[in-house]
Amino acid sequence: MLLAKIVGTVVATRKDPRLVSNKLLVVRPMDPRGKAEGNYLVAIDTVDAGVGETVLVVSGSSARMASGLKDCPVDAAIVGIIDEIQINE
Amino acid sequence: MQLARVIGDVVATRKDESLHGIKLLIVQPLTPDRQNAGRPLVAVDAVGAGVGEEVFFVRGKEASFPFYPAEPPVDAGIVGIVDHWDVG
Repeated sequence: MLLAKIVGTVVATRKDPRLVSNKLLVVRPMDPRGKAEGNYLVAIDTVDAGVGETVLVVSGSSARMASGLKDCPVDAAIVGIIDEIQINE
Repeated sequence: MQLARVIGDVVATRKDESLHGIKLLIVQPLTPDRQNAGRPLVAVDAVGAGVGEEVFFVRGKEASFPFYPAEPPVDAGIVGIVDHWDVG
């Protein structure tokens, strides 16, 4: 899974019917030390996250196993809000 | 599967219900000569690994298989703690 910061929201009126009433957010992946890296992603929010929060993003077919996303056409889902990151190298 | 070192952990109180009770660790993928191989990522722990240990982890939906019949939404999971490796 990736750590990411939520940087924005996406609104789409015309979309796959299985995406209706799901919240779409723009996230920027980051390394565990907080440095942004890689490309922005659109992810479905399943935990009521908001802009500015650090979250856990699951990618690929596993994203469909998040709560409420069974058989949805998604490849990235927010499944947790991060309280604390501890690095010990 | 990939070799990695556990370098940290992550705490999340609000999360998907099926993630409750599952440990989230930060792993740094390694080459066989213990150089960093790419970016660190978050992996779930299925074997009781801890910070500082060398492990191997699986990517993709298979990462949820150790928790069967539960299907937590995870895409990386530690499935073994490495005692030692030997590359000729």
